[in-house]
Amino acid sequence: MKDRSLVQIALYAAIFAVLGLLPRFDLPVAGGVPITAQSMGAMLAGVMLGAWRGALSIVLLLFVVALGAPLLAGGRGGLGVFFTPSVGFIFGWIAVAFTAGWLMQVLRRAPVFPAALIAAVVGGIVVMYAFGIAGMSLVGGLTLREATLACLVFIPGDAIKAVLVALIAQTVARGMPEALLSRNA
Amino acid sequence: MISLYLPERTWLHGIPAGWKLIALALVSLAVAPSDNLPLMTGLVAAVLALYVSLGRAALTQIALLRPMWPLFLILLAFHWWRGDVALGVVILLRILAMVLLANAVTMTTRMDAMMDAVEPLLRPLALIGVAPRAVALAVAMMIRFVPLLFALWEALNESYRARTGKRGGWRLLAPFCIQTLRMSHHTAEALAARGGAPRGDRR
Repeated sequence: MKDRSLVQIALYAAIFAVLGLLPRFDLPVAGGVPITAQSMGAMLAGVMLGAWRGALSIVLLLFVVALGAPLLAGGRGGLGVFFTPSVGFIFGWIAVAFTAGWLMQVLRRAPVFPAALIAAVVGGIVVMYAFGIAGMSLVGGLTLREATLACLVFIPGDAIKAVLVALIAQTVARGMPEALLSRNA
Repeated sequence: MISLYLPERTWLHGIPAGWKLIALALVSLAVAPSDNLPLMTGLVAAVLALYVSLGRAALTQIALLRPMWPLFLILLAFHWWRGDVALGVVILLRILAMVLLANAVTMTTRMDAMMDAVEPLLRPLALIGVAPRAVALAVAMMIRFVPLLFALWEALNESYRARTGKRGGWRLLAPFCIQTLRMSHHTAEALAARGGAPRGDRR
């Protein structure tokens, strides 16, 4: 593994943590559902780094969380988070980053904004909720339909995050094109 | 660096990390298929007794569960609606017990001891060319990046406020990403100048 990849994997894991820990980083969401910016970190890692590096940066983050660092939103962390009903989302982030990164690489000839939006929506909403709902249903003892209902309130927030990720990707592509590793790897 | 670790030494601190992890895994496997109400109540009571034995600092850590209450209520509501409240209660007790038990391990194990305990599990990674020491380096770099990124965010926020009088919020994300990427290039160059990241045996 190249040094730069290793550093960037660590960097995006740290960005993921910072997104969850920043105080009052509120997203405007209908319904007053409290939303953390954190799951954006998984989409960002994928969109910016590509499939494998993106997924590895989330694996690294989860590893450090399991070692005992409270790096998830609201200062949660430690082994406890892996036993909550949200565990599906937590492991889902790995798949989110992988899918988003893979789509970015597939769509490398498309303009950045639509490509990143598609990657973020498919990865950050379709894939994430597939994992999240499965986890909620397994740990919480709900049927898949009930678990889906319980998760629905969060989808508007994630749609906003997907748009933000696409905007960020576009800005970075303009300001520092070589940083969009998913495109020039 | 903030940590969930309790600096005050308790009897559980003295037990090797590996044993605690194995015990946690065994308990979680044992209770996963069970939906026996008295058993779960007993388990929660046992975990609470464990917390009492760890002292006051451990008990205050139970407050960490507070953000989970809305989710607990939603779960309970669904089971109520389905007419099986008892099952809902059992599931909640199981989640409660496992989260608290896992937190007890985290509270009483230093991060480096945890890293040492899982290190043997990372050894097979060498077969695909990833040195366990590279993993340790990535962990250290990531932990070091977190406060740096906070400082960077604050600096961006300050300058945005100086220009507009408002908080930057999400508008700072793109410049934040560019700045952090630039920082990561410097870090990578510094790493290369010092001989580069440890490599696996295969290369």
